[in-house]
Amino acid sequence: MILRLSLLTAALALSGCVHNSTDSALEVGANQVQIRQIQSRAFDTTDKTKTLRTVISTLQDLGFVIDKADLELGSITATKLDGYALRMSVTVRPRNAKQLLVRANAQFQEAAVTDPAPYQAFFSSLSKSMFLTAQNVD
Amino acid sequence: MRLLSLCGLALLVVGCQTGIPEDALALKPDSLERRQLESRRFAGGKEVDILAACSGVSQDMGFTTDESETKLGVLVASKTREASNAGSRFAVALLVGGNAANSMDKSQKIRLCIVVKPVAGKEGQEWVVRATFQRMVWNSYGQLTRLEGLNEPELYQQFFEKLSKSVFLEAQKI
Repeated sequence: MILRLSLLTAALALSGCVHNSTDSALEVGANQVQIRQIQSRAFDTTDKTKTLRTVISTLQDLGFVIDKADLELGSITATKLDGYALRMSVTVRPRNAKQLLVRANAQFQEAAVTDPAPYQAFFSSLSKSMFLTAQNVD
Repeated sequence: MRLLSLCGLALLVVGCQTGIPEDALALKPDSLERRQLESRRFAGGKEVDILAACSGVSQDMGFTTDESETKLGVLVASKTREASNAGSRFAVALLVGGNAANSMDKSQKIRLCIVVKPVAGKEGQEWVVRATFQRMVWNSYGQLTRLEGLNEPELYQQFFEKLSKSVFLEAQKI
């Protein structure tokens, strides 16, 4: 009886942790606007090439190996292996006449990173390399 | 018995939540040292020639190119190799058993990224070439046993020795 109960609660607990696996394709439940705010910063520069090169060297400083780079699209993807696999894409595009918008999204093992803290750490590192302040976007 | 099932439940719940390490995206105190280990300066020539020399070294070392973006000076390559000595696996299988031999490292994928960046030099244009290596290792069961960056100084020294020769050969169009 006790064994059955504990098996049942274990099964319930497991199912509570797992959602329909195809939901992952759309990231159902994630607030799109909030996520963009967490993952984006504006910089007071219009030099896209220089910014992309700085993103690349910051990622290398953080121990990443670059996977892909595309100047026209303004996109860099890189992976860090350190007992875990952390994969990140960073895009750079014009925001307005004086600013560029840099957006990063990361995947840690098999989950999207939605916590603001890692992105703050990344933009702080990027900011130091760029000698420019990373400004929050609305 | 109840305690056991409670512990089991707790483990299940905790197992569902994995967190990214706090320092994964923060610059560490040794990042300047690592940058120096992974970078060398070259003077003269054009960026595309330096990148072509890097491509030559990568091929010399048995890598195949995965990605490249010349306008950003990026070259990404990889190679798959055996991760263990076949002889030692046989010995372990004999002495300890098949399972132990199977859980030894079997194959590895090594990835290399080379980035060329222009910098102002004392006598004109100079280039900083930065290389980073990482690898993934699997055992015979197909399980990933290692995910790591490669940090041995000798690896980078040898890489840049080869690159110096390659830059020279590239300049001579060999």
